[in-house]
Amino acid sequence: MLAVAEFAPVAILLAALVLIAGAILAASHLIGPRRSGPVKDIPYESGVDPIGDARRRFNVRFYLVAVLFLVFDVEIIFLYPWAVLFLKVAQGSIADVAGFESLGYGPGFLAASVGFFFFLLAAGFVYEWRKGVFQWD
Amino acid sequence: MPPKVPRPDPAAAFIERTLRDWRVIAALGAVLLIAPVPLVWLGWPWIRPLLESQFWFSLILGGLAVFIVIHLDAAFILAERKLSAFIQDRKGPNRVGFWGLLQPVADGIKFLLKEDYTPKQADKPVFILAPALAFVISLAGVAIIPWFDQITWPWTGPDGETYTVVGQMASLDIGLLYLLAFGAMSVYGVVLAGWASNNKYAFYGAMRATAQMLSYEIPLGLGLLAVLLVAGSVRLEGIVESQAASGVWNVFVHPLAFLLVLIAGFAETNRAPFDLAECEQELVAGYHTEYSSMKFALFFLAEYSHMVIGSALVTALFLGGWAPLPFTSWLADNHTWWAGLIKFSVFWGKILLLIGLYMVVRWTLPRFRFDQLMRLAWKGMIPLGMVIVVVQGIATGLGWRIDPAAPWTANLLAGGLMLGINILITLGVLWLMSRSRAPVTGRQDNLPDVIVPPAEARLAR
Repeated sequence: MLAVAEFAPVAILLAALVLIAGAILAASHLIGPRRSGPVKDIPYESGVDPIGDARRRFNVRFYLVAVLFLVFDVEIIFLYPWAVLFLKVAQGSIADVAGFESLGYGPGFLAASVGFFFFLLAAGFVYEWRKGVFQWD
Repeated sequence: MPPKVPRPDPAAAFIERTLRDWRVIAALGAVLLIAPVPLVWLGWPWIRPLLESQFWFSLILGGLAVFIVIHLDAAFILAERKLSAFIQDRKGPNRVGFWGLLQPVADGIKFLLKEDYTPKQADKPVFILAPALAFVISLAGVAIIPWFDQITWPWTGPDGETYTVVGQMASLDIGLLYLLAFGAMSVYGVVLAGWASNNKYAFYGAMRATAQMLSYEIPLGLGLLAVLLVAGSVRLEGIVESQAASGVWNVFVHPLAFLLVLIAGFAETNRAPFDLAECEQELVAGYHTEYSSMKFALFFLAEYSHMVIGSALVTALFLGGWAPLPFTSWLADNHTWWAGLIKFSVFWGKILLLIGLYMVVRWTLPRFRFDQLMRLAWKGMIPLGMVIVVVQGIATGLGWRIDPAAPWTANLLAGGLMLGINILITLGVLWLMSRSRAPVTGRQDNLPDVIVPPAEARLAR
């Protein structure tokens, strides 16, 4: 059950934090001095004149990390509801979760299905490892 | 002729002398501590209904927590400088106030008075948005930390009813997922700052930080999964209560998952030895190179708040949360106001201990190289996390679990089994590590051997 009222304090907290951050930024913007010059406006590169923009190409491996993260993290998040359910079913403290047991799906089914899911995850992980994706040096 | 020394301003000298006196600082502290008491006493008729309603109590608690976190952040800066000074045999800040105690105040004033500079080449809206975003996201986790379980107020209503409030700002069904979501979102502050600065140091710092935070999010998630398999709830208060009821904190039976989460926490907050994103020797200051004044201060606050929230997460999941003593269920069923106060203080005490650990680690260990960092995440911690989850899943399926209702012998057996399995896995990891090749030295392995000519040949040239 998703009760919207439960989230009211969270929304108020977030709004208050945004206000605090805005107030801090506004205060330093109003109080601090402002001096500008041609040299000051150059990007800081330890005193060396910068060559070109910072918006340039970067190593594709950073992109690869992002894709891997998406795959793994989403798969792990899928396991969270399972973990909670699995404990309750294994304990027998849930008689019938959404008609699970009456369909014949007991703890064994839960374990086997996630075992298969985890096997796929591990197989993908080993494949990536052997393909040299985790080679950063 | 002796050089002309400007005569010190008598008023400034007087203020300086006064503030360096420990009695003045003690009196200031005492006033700050005692000042709320008469205010609460005078405003009691207005405060009481606020304490009785869960909604207003949540807001008071949240405001208090944010207040504490922000002020602790300032105190941590002094504490960290003092600790680093102690480790490096220096004195540390000792000019502003007695023992440097007013240094955070001086820092705050200076942050305000410095120029709020936005570089010409920067992407202005994003440049301003990034520190605010980092700040908001790092503190948002305060909402679901269970500071204590609940308090039943000693007074009763007109019809003799009692008032009970929960020591958590919002008791969400998604609990842990909320913290994970905001933990993952903290990448945005960093990557937007680096991108918007349009500075190469900042950009590379942001790229590194992103890759690092994403990589360590996965072992963190796996370590938490192992806890969920024994707690049976994603609500943080449920996880804490299951530990407090039996007195067996998760760290005693799942030390490996604890280590995974702790190390991932170090990496998530970009603290040494994982501070590749702001590696001074290579990247000046990393993603906040172009930031100054309060924008920089917001990044600083965000980093320390992230540490506090991360420590609170580790405390709630592994260190028994508000439970004061291990191996007893002392105070677990006591809902008086003083018990609530003790639990609140105990929770903060555990957070402070963990942050002390963060600081000692920062000033003790050298920094990783980037390939070592990524190898530790992907080839070390993620496989280890997967093994832990599988083992814990099997154990849960077999019913090996600490259960407050079960006799203590059964709990001892289950806990001992889990601890034994953890030790076995640790031994396995150590064995694998000892089998691996001599220290991997990164890229140098692949380079052809450089032949250094003998000294005579070089001199002859």
